[in-house]
Amino acid sequence: MAPYIRIAGVTKKFGDFVAVNDVTLDIQRGEIFCLLGGSGCGKTTLLRMLAGFEMPTAGRIEIDGADMAGVPPYERPVNMMFQSYALFPHMTVEQNVAFGLRQEGLARPEIAQRVKAMLDIVKLGDYARRKPHQLSGGQRQRVALARALVKKPKLLLLDEPLGALDKKLREQTQFELVNIQEQLGVTFVIVTHDQEEAMTLATRIGVMNQGRIVQVGTPREIYEYPGTRFVADFIGNVNLFEGRLLQDEPGHVLIEAPELEAPIFVGHGISSAPGATVWAAIRPEKIHLTREPPPGANNRASGVIKDIAYMGEVSIYLVRLDSGRIVRVSQPNSFRHADDQLVWDQRVWISWHESSAVVLTS
Amino acid sequence: MRRLFSRLPLGRNLVLAVPWLWLMLFFLVPFLIVLKISFATTQLAQPPYTPLLEWTEGVFPRLVLHTANYLGLLADSLYAAALFSSLKVAAVSTLLCLLLGYPMAYGMARMDRAWRNALLLLVVLPFWTSFLLRVYAWMGLLRNNGLINNLLQWLHLIDEPLVMLQTNFAMYLGIVYSYLPFMILPLYANLEKHDATLLEAAADLGCRPFRAFLSITLPLSMRGIVAGCMLVFIPAVGEFVIPRLLGGTDSLMIGRVLWDEFFSNRNWPLASAVAVCLLLILVLPILLFQRLQDDTEKHS
Amino acid sequence: MSRRVSPGIRLVMWTGFLFLYVPILSMIVFSFNESKLVTVWGGFSTKWYGELLRDRQMLAGAWLSLQIAFVTACGATVLGTLAAFALVRHGRFRGRTLFSGMVSAPLVMPEVITGLSLLLLFVALAPLPFMPATRGFATIVIAHMTLTLAYVTVIVQSRLATFDISLEEAAMDLGARPLTVFRTITLPLIAPALASGWLLAFTLSLDDLVIASFTAGPSTNTLPMMIFSKVRLGVTPEINALATIMVSVVAVFVVVAGVLLARQERMRLRDSQAAARG
Repeated sequence: MAPYIRIAGVTKKFGDFVAVNDVTLDIQRGEIFCLLGGSGCGKTTLLRMLAGFEMPTAGRIEIDGADMAGVPPYERPVNMMFQSYALFPHMTVEQNVAFGLRQEGLARPEIAQRVKAMLDIVKLGDYARRKPHQLSGGQRQRVALARALVKKPKLLLLDEPLGALDKKLREQTQFELVNIQEQLGVTFVIVTHDQEEAMTLATRIGVMNQGRIVQVGTPREIYEYPGTRFVADFIGNVNLFEGRLLQDEPGHVLIEAPELEAPIFVGHGISSAPGATVWAAIRPEKIHLTREPPPGANNRASGVIKDIAYMGEVSIYLVRLDSGRIVRVSQPNSFRHADDQLVWDQRVWISWHESSAVVLTS
Repeated sequence: MRRLFSRLPLGRNLVLAVPWLWLMLFFLVPFLIVLKISFATTQLAQPPYTPLLEWTEGVFPRLVLHTANYLGLLADSLYAAALFSSLKVAAVSTLLCLLLGYPMAYGMARMDRAWRNALLLLVVLPFWTSFLLRVYAWMGLLRNNGLINNLLQWLHLIDEPLVMLQTNFAMYLGIVYSYLPFMILPLYANLEKHDATLLEAAADLGCRPFRAFLSITLPLSMRGIVAGCMLVFIPAVGEFVIPRLLGGTDSLMIGRVLWDEFFSNRNWPLASAVAVCLLLILVLPILLFQRLQDDTEKHS
Repeated sequence: MSRRVSPGIRLVMWTGFLFLYVPILSMIVFSFNESKLVTVWGGFSTKWYGELLRDRQMLAGAWLSLQIAFVTACGATVLGTLAAFALVRHGRFRGRTLFSGMVSAPLVMPEVITGLSLLLLFVALAPLPFMPATRGFATIVIAHMTLTLAYVTVIVQSRLATFDISLEEAAMDLGARPLTVFRTITLPLIAPALASGWLLAFTLSLDDLVIASFTAGPSTNTLPMMIFSKVRLGVTPEINALATIMVSVVAVFVVVAGVLLARQERMRLRDSQAAARG
């Protein structure tokens, strides 16, 4: 199947500064694709190039088979929801939503009917006559969404769509957004710096760093199989151990990490030369914490609990290994009354399964 | 919009070109003409000055620069005195405006919101009413049988009316009065933005109110002070109407000298030379003012 | 959130306001004075207003000044707005420093210099075919536009500096072409700034004596020029009446505008508080 959106070798420079560096990316019809990265990583510039506010310095952007070079924003089959929402303050909700349809020169009754239908979808039918400043943050966000969607765009661009909402509202809106997307079948490209937002919304995530796409994959792939130390560290928490490759067989890998007393055993091969420097990434929730030494010779270390943070559903333990290295471990609080609670300065063992560590070569 | 204009190169260039050409033609070129004419001499003709380029014999025009006007300005101590006294009057008036305007702006900025807006309106209101008429109002107040003299005599504070109109006192009063809003507005705009918690933090750290004012409010309002002073000082140096209506016949202000040379003596070249000198003196403060304008624009 | 204002500062502040308003108030009071002696109260009368209205010369001058001010304000608003857009939206362009200098210098330039230089320009340009042959209406308007466009630029510039560009981008994104964006989004939102720029240009032009005196021809007499020649000879009650009329018109206008703005702001504040709650 031909990709719906093709971004091929796109670079954008502002003077000497390279904002987007040779990005190549395909996005399929009906996807919710998240561009995730820190501030200044080029994700917003990439979005603005899709919208037509910036022109690529090099490379090519195609939407539904059509080359977008030289096509101004007002002629693209693309609409955008701005981070600030950019609602026109001198127009009512209704007029804001109707603005795009009026530019198409549609007949009044059709405009009125489509505006009403769209306001019903975002549950703002009762607020049609209000001005933006008379709305709450969540309502404004929905007006911005309605205004962009009413034009039935092939592609909707969302710049930090939930960034201005408080935490409770954000969770609720996330699900609404996905529902509306499924209802209308529009392709979404979302820019966000919030990994949680990206995880819940996206069908696929593109992680960006310093103008480049460093990894593309489903939320699960990105979390469980990060390709680089940057991705592993950027998405969620991780313990990284630097080490030397001792064995690399098709069935397993053995790594000697100076900070751990036992070698790391990983249950798959990575086809790299023995002796190379590699990193093992282990998520805190995949580490077991015990008072007794775990069985087996690998994937273990002992240390002392230096800090405990009770978070409700989980507790975070910071364990100082005998090598001095601090390891982050999280354990679910499965029982309300635990008789044998772990306490500060207690001696413990950490261990993990052979499938839990990910070996990174860069 | 930069991007919007980039799609409309014609529109984008027109936006810049129209005001640019207008200002070149009606602001910059005129100064060059003033400069040119300041090197000419008067003649009884229309226009009343000699051309700089003379076609004497031969094909090539001869450039004739008469420096007589400038030499005249130097030779006659009247002009130097007028220039000096204009600078003095403007400087003193600026200081007086600052001394009166700062507490006013400070007080306004610390009132609550409703009061603040009302008082701001009161400062702006004279700004919108005729300057000439407001100067004229002082003539009525300061005359020998004017309101102030009548009041003082009624209170038996004086027996003879004080001569106030057409004195330096009246001139200073008029300048301070007319330019006070120009001092208050930039000061108020600055002081109003100050974060009140800064002073609370200072107090919390053991700083007394007056010291807090000196070490926090005053330095932070420096930009407003300079802007206000420039807005008063620069135009006040060349002021003509106030010295003419309120000042004495002997009040030497350069604006008045220029006016008289031009209208009464019809000596256009000399008037131009006076303008060039005045401009040279004001170039530095004007540049300072513009730096400030540019900065505020970037900061906002 | 009234903060503490010391009594000393309060005193200076109110004295300052008294200082600003006593002359204006005295003019208004004495405009209703029966006596020809401007400073002795001779009973209430409106006869000076009648005299003013019968003064054909004065009325002609006022009419001329109003026309000049109107044309000036319209022209200066267009030019000043263009200049403001150039300064805010063009980023760095060649000659920007000179341009912004030329825009803001008239704000402080002594009027005698501006007036003299413009007159000399008009004299130099007079032989050219497209220039007005005699000085008068056109030359005063040109001079006033040059002076007042600086004020319009400053006002519009500060509005544009806080203008959220994404509003224009959103309109474009929704299919509006650049001119439509300007007409439906930009213009309505900067309209208040344009209005106050226009009004300021109008008042400044109406009030100007020095520049008009330089650039007017021998037969052109604007209102300030007539007031000046009358006032030079001494105080006349007729001028008091004129001043009162002008001050009242402006005061009513400014106060009404101020009250409307304050009410609008209050409503906006209340609305957004209500929206935040519900």
